[in-house]
Amino acid sequence: MKESPLSRREFLERTGKAAGLAAFASAGAFFLHEPVRHPFAQSDTEVQKRDLRAGDAGPQLAVVRGADPAAMTAAALEAMGGIAAFIAPGDYVVVKPNIGWDRRPEQAANTHPDVVGEIVRQCVDAGASRVVVTDVTCNDATRCFNRSGIAAAAREAGAEIQLAQEAHFREVNMGGHMLGTQLVYDVYLEADKFINVPIAKHHSLTRATLGMKNLYGILGGNRSRLHQEIDKSLCDLGAFLQPTLVVLDATRVLLRNGPQGGSLADVEQRNMLVISNDQVALDACGGELFFDLSPEDMPWLALAENEGLGSSAWREIPYEEITI
Amino acid sequence: MNDTLKAFKHYRRLRWLRRISQTLFLLLFLFLLLQTNIDALDNPDALPEIAAPVDLFLELDPLVAITTVITTHSLYRNLFLALIVIVGTLFFGRFFCGWVCPMGTINHAISAMRSGMMKGKRRLERNRWMPYQRIKYGILAFMLGSALFGSLQIGLLDPIALLTRSMALVVLPAWNVVTHDIYAWSLHADAGAIDFFLTPVAWIVHSVMIRGGSVVFDQTFLILILFAGILLANRFITRFWCRGLCPLGALLGLLSKTSILGLEKRPSLCTGCSKCELACQGADNPMPGETWHQSECHLCLNCVASCPEAGISFKLYPSRAESTQEVSISRRAVLASAGAGLAAVPALRAAMHPDRPSDPALVRPPGSLPEREFVSRCIRCGECMNVCPNNALHPTLLQAGAEGIWSPMLIPRIGYCEPTCVLCSQVCPTGAIDEITEREKAWVPEAGKEETDGPPLRIGTAFYDTGRCLPYAMAKECIVCEEWCPTTPKAIYFEEAEVQNREGEYLWLKRPHVDPALCVGCGACTYACPVKGAPAIYVTAVGETRNPRNRILLEQNRPRRES
Repeated sequence: MKESPLSRREFLERTGKAAGLAAFASAGAFFLHEPVRHPFAQSDTEVQKRDLRAGDAGPQLAVVRGADPAAMTAAALEAMGGIAAFIAPGDYVVVKPNIGWDRRPEQAANTHPDVVGEIVRQCVDAGASRVVVTDVTCNDATRCFNRSGIAAAAREAGAEIQLAQEAHFREVNMGGHMLGTQLVYDVYLEADKFINVPIAKHHSLTRATLGMKNLYGILGGNRSRLHQEIDKSLCDLGAFLQPTLVVLDATRVLLRNGPQGGSLADVEQRNMLVISNDQVALDACGGELFFDLSPEDMPWLALAENEGLGSSAWREIPYEEITI
Repeated sequence: MNDTLKAFKHYRRLRWLRRISQTLFLLLFLFLLLQTNIDALDNPDALPEIAAPVDLFLELDPLVAITTVITTHSLYRNLFLALIVIVGTLFFGRFFCGWVCPMGTINHAISAMRSGMMKGKRRLERNRWMPYQRIKYGILAFMLGSALFGSLQIGLLDPIALLTRSMALVVLPAWNVVTHDIYAWSLHADAGAIDFFLTPVAWIVHSVMIRGGSVVFDQTFLILILFAGILLANRFITRFWCRGLCPLGALLGLLSKTSILGLEKRPSLCTGCSKCELACQGADNPMPGETWHQSECHLCLNCVASCPEAGISFKLYPSRAESTQEVSISRRAVLASAGAGLAAVPALRAAMHPDRPSDPALVRPPGSLPEREFVSRCIRCGECMNVCPNNALHPTLLQAGAEGIWSPMLIPRIGYCEPTCVLCSQVCPTGAIDEITEREKAWVPEAGKEETDGPPLRIGTAFYDTGRCLPYAMAKECIVCEEWCPTTPKAIYFEEAEVQNREGEYLWLKRPHVDPALCVGCGACTYACPVKGAPAIYVTAVGETRNPRNRILLEQNRPRRES
């Protein structure tokens, strides 16, 4: 049988198909071709700083003594001129207690829940549109938030709880002395106001964990490297994120085995609270009052002063002592 | 004719009931698998525990109950629930396989999908009883044989343990990867004109995410291969796993020898259309003219629901013509398999004996029994790994010998043992990890106390690699390990050392040391160590409470706090 000759139509169709695919492949190769790749070339991302200080009154500080943490917090805020001086209606506020460890309030490793609750309540009353309570915990976040009592207290006061999720960290160029690009939890990049609520406790390297050390908890990634140059790192953190207010919980103070503690033998009842809008003054005051440290014992203070982040001469700024 | 139609409709309705039952049990299984963490954020006083009966399916599994009774001579905690399935099977046959078993349901669903490899005559032939269906009895006998020697191997192939492990260690983590990648993309992508579209995507993905953080499991490729192979086999032979390999199916097949429920055939009504045989799940020959095998039947009711002539029906005390309740495997084959299982244990133990020190990195979860008892109880279900909040527990490959494959071990570089957490001990269905409380674990004083009630349940001891540790090797400050050490007083202490750096400057640095009398082996130091890659502090099992022979120092009693 004679083979049927190839029709013109079929010839065009089959050749066209092959030619079309060949053209597509060539075009793809042309557009995707990358003659050389420099994956590690330095690209200078813009340095970000978050200066969230507010109020026109200038730096001030108050030391409150009392027995009820919530009432002390309220008195402290009052001494600063009231929350309205710092939080404007519609503000997005982040409140960052120390919730680092799976410990109960009396073990003094985390900020007292009543202090957090009172701050949240006042922010809500001041008309904040959104109040987020968060921390990048060390231990399992669910346990830390729950057993510290902070999740319950903050929710009851009207805050939104955020257990830091991996996807929410963003690379930020802090442009600091030690800290360049770091992973920062995203709420700190978006909020209008930031209230740092540390607890005063022992730490073997810095001798005391105070306000600026608490900023550690805004970072993700391999943040334990910061210990290698802790003073410069703390200064960089303070320069990156300048808080609206710092409230230092010293109702009970962990004196040994920090920053986790555990045993009540290491905890001392001090029934005090310090508040300031100057994070350097607050650390200087807290270090002196609770750990008998002079500014020379806390080298990050001099660095921070040099950066213009505040003043370690806390007695020289307007301050009040209140007992309730 | 009317009666025929009635019977047909009746069985169709019953078949729907079976389908509903399968679906509900599968959903229940998945639901229980997802109950992995304490989710109460509002009750700080509550003891962290998982309220749901997460082990339910493992506890209903007669194979787990019977083999652990053989290895331990006791019936742990809720394993008596298996009686429900045992008694049910003794009277009614393998209802568990056809109506309850989630592994069976998954196999059933995949088999039901159209397959080019199963058509026409070939499909019919593959749906008749074939000799490969005897293999499962051999597997069962092998596993029971090794159980006689005190080695519990049943979990490798027990369908509930296998499915729990495969889902927890492979499928859910894979889902986690997918959802987290999409979520992170939707948060950070710059989609320009369709940016508004990302918020609902983020919200939807977030609502179906399982865990907040990343979850990885070490060395799970064999678990994946086994599971994928079982699923794939359904494309060639319907429910190949259930028919040919499942040791639980074999056990239930044996138990169904006394079943009073069975298939009754009426050959006079049969037109030989083969519809029953084509629909059969168990390859048990329901068609008149062949011998029906009770031991292979899953009671799926497909045969009776597809018979247009009412030629077959399920009855209590049926006529046993054209059917058998015998299991088609010879006594000799059973004995040979059991003997092989018995012999396999000493052969494996010649290479690694549970009584002898094993891989130093084999750190077992807190509360784990001594290794010999551990391998007599652990069914490798992976529940402990599934609930661990820190992703600290991982399946072994050969660290515990071939005998202990897929049993749990702590890998502190990925996650440390959370000091107050005892979830793994709560969920262990067989007591390989003894159920302990936070107080019995005693790593941290309870709230409101100055010290723990008793000595801690140690799982290992930490050691420094001073060639990598920063204050030793690189003249740098660090002591992150000390910060993370959870015990009070801390097991890590310092030596103040004057160190010269490269520039010739002298610095005072804190060089850390471990006090083995205080270290519990949690691995928090290893986890937090900033020296990536191999850490500068690592944990080995030495010092573990469960093995008095695995000790370094003569005196390891916990010193009481001086006051």
